[in-house]
Amino acid sequence: MNARVLWFALPAVALAAILLFIFAARPLDRLAGNSPPVEEIAVETVRLTPDLISIDVRADGSKPVRIAQVQVDGAYRAFTTEPEGAIKRLGTTRVNIPYPWIEGETHHIVLLTATGAAFEHTIDVAVPTLQHNGTNALSLALIGVLLGVAPVAAGLLAYPAIRNVSAGGLTFILALTMGLLTFLFIDTLFEGLEAAAGAVERLRAEGLVWVSALATALVLLAVGRRSGVPPQGIALATFIALGIGLHNFGEGLAVGASLASGAAALATFLVVGFAIHNVSEGFGIATPLVQAQPPFWLFVALAALAGLPAVAGVFLGAAALSPYWIALCFGVGAGAIAQVIVEVGTLIARRSGAAGLVTLPSLSGMVAGLAVMYATALLV
Amino acid sequence: MQGPPVQTVSRRGALKLASLVGGLGLGSALSLTDKSRAQTDSSQHRTHDASDTMHHDGNRVVGTVDHAGNGFDPNVILTDFDLGRTFVDEDGRTVREWTIGAEDKEIEIAPGVFFPAWTYNGRVPGPTLRCVEGERLRIHFVNGSQHPHTMHFHGIHSARMDGVPGAGLVEPGGTFTYEFDAKPFGCHLYHCHALPLKRHIHKGMYGAFIVDPDPRRHAGEEAAARGRLFGSPEVAGWQELVMVMNGFDTNFDDENEFYAVNSIPFAYLERPIRIDRSRPVRVYLVNITEFDPINSFHLHANFFDFYDHGTTLTPTLRTVDTVMMCQGQRGILEFSFADHEPGLYMFHAHQSEFAELGWMSMFEVVEA
Repeated sequence: MNARVLWFALPAVALAAILLFIFAARPLDRLAGNSPPVEEIAVETVRLTPDLISIDVRADGSKPVRIAQVQVDGAYRAFTTEPEGAIKRLGTTRVNIPYPWIEGETHHIVLLTATGAAFEHTIDVAVPTLQHNGTNALSLALIGVLLGVAPVAAGLLAYPAIRNVSAGGLTFILALTMGLLTFLFIDTLFEGLEAAAGAVERLRAEGLVWVSALATALVLLAVGRRSGVPPQGIALATFIALGIGLHNFGEGLAVGASLASGAAALATFLVVGFAIHNVSEGFGIATPLVQAQPPFWLFVALAALAGLPAVAGVFLGAAALSPYWIALCFGVGAGAIAQVIVEVGTLIARRSGAAGLVTLPSLSGMVAGLAVMYATALLV
Repeated sequence: MQGPPVQTVSRRGALKLASLVGGLGLGSALSLTDKSRAQTDSSQHRTHDASDTMHHDGNRVVGTVDHAGNGFDPNVILTDFDLGRTFVDEDGRTVREWTIGAEDKEIEIAPGVFFPAWTYNGRVPGPTLRCVEGERLRIHFVNGSQHPHTMHFHGIHSARMDGVPGAGLVEPGGTFTYEFDAKPFGCHLYHCHALPLKRHIHKGMYGAFIVDPDPRRHAGEEAAARGRLFGSPEVAGWQELVMVMNGFDTNFDDENEFYAVNSIPFAYLERPIRIDRSRPVRVYLVNITEFDPINSFHLHANFFDFYDHGTTLTPTLRTVDTVMMCQGQRGILEFSFADHEPGLYMFHAHQSEFAELGWMSMFEVVEA
């Protein structure tokens, strides 16, 4: 065994020799000597406090990037960076710009580097960043509960109605759950890809979304089947609640992030739309329980599992996470949902055979699930 | 080069905020009192600190340019007149000659911002050439740059000497002597006229070209002419300043990132130009800003007389405080702070956009 480990030193040494040659002999200098450095800056978060704009940026490029000057609304402004000096590759810095920003108005920021390259960022609607105090915390928590726990709990209340359903009926509602979850999977994935576009290129955040989704799905599949038996009944309902919880965490992130970026106020009917949209999720959680005898406290626990992550999401979103971490969260959420789609599908297949997946109750259930979620999503 | 697209507020995100607002209204007894107050009260500003005024309340660049590293200093350029070398030829005519070299040079045009400039004699703007009406001028142009260039003078000369492609275009390593009479008198300029024209200009190939009136040619206005003649005792009673309005497009998107007088943004805000209250001021003002159709000069708290192109000995525009110029226009401004208290007097472009991007300066009027 030891000998084998030693033989692994061969490629390691060879790689070290190659790297040494590249650094010592500098073979690229002849071709690339005069080229200006490649630079990239991504704005990760913006915080607005009275008369101060604070921007967290991440930089990447062929050399450390130095922010030489800063414009706000087409005027050069005094600014400081913490830490001072050039930003190392994939490093971050905070740019503090004292500026009398006007609430509700748009502000344009331009960061100029030493090479004269300009990186722009627009604050669409300036609103003060939420302060960390008790009142705001309670408000954020309430928002999360309204978005997550309440609608899911309402959906779970469908349980008495679907208990004692026929075999065909059970297939239908399981397929409905699959369709519902598939919509959530697509939605979460695309939200993650959208967030990923704001990260520094080298971080490959779009790729991270797919990778984390796949990895999460595989890990959860393994965890769910670790005792050799695929999850069903209470265990399956728990996995569904977990997947939906991660999705709702992402929704909370989006709401919290909107708090930080501001928008026009619309009517309260949008809250109704959210509630309707998320009620379907509660329905999906209840579905695998129809043939079990779950105690009441389980429903409470499942509603909490599916809904409380929205509260965490609202808090973290309002604290302004960087787009990279937002993309990761959405990727994980999508992966969790993918796992339950697989498990619900295999449950249908175990009950009615593989052909059972393409019967009328099954297919119509899937389509209905997709349609209901898409239609209610239009409300938001 | 632009950065990656940054995250904007998606419609869904915006609507989610609205739902948040609605949710608060619906269920929460804990209203965000901060929010309701903030909607009506927009005066969240702190009172402006007195210590900010020197630096124009935050509208400035951070750091200082290393003028020694650049090889030129805007504070020196103000009063740096290049008189060349004169001699009298066999016909008894004064000949004035200069040797000007084109040089590619990376310069620091704002603190920490570097620009690959093309220069005359290693400075932007190029040397201010000054001569007297009627002299024979010879400008030996040596192209030490990697690109072909010319020197196109705004004056009266032959087509052969015009400094355009086909008449005085000089390849790298080549030379050409532009020769013509110094006329008309006035405040003029020269710049490169090689193609592509915008790039050759905006990368820094321009400079002022001043032709002083010869008093002997202006009967009845000798005093005024002598007051404009370099080296005369009369002109010593003036404070003469050269100001070339220019700008820099550092990321080559055909828009200027910086505006300035004599290249360095806010240079005369950091170090106001000292004006002796007892002597009037004459500014030779040239506009060579690329990309923007017009530029302007506005003086605070005082008015000036303006000589369009400087080609007259009486003002073409009296008692104005703002004058507008397109690229290539220029003139002479004359004003006096004799009746003013000492203090700081601003002057800047009255396109506020240019002012906030660097074309913002100050005179510091002091007792002699």
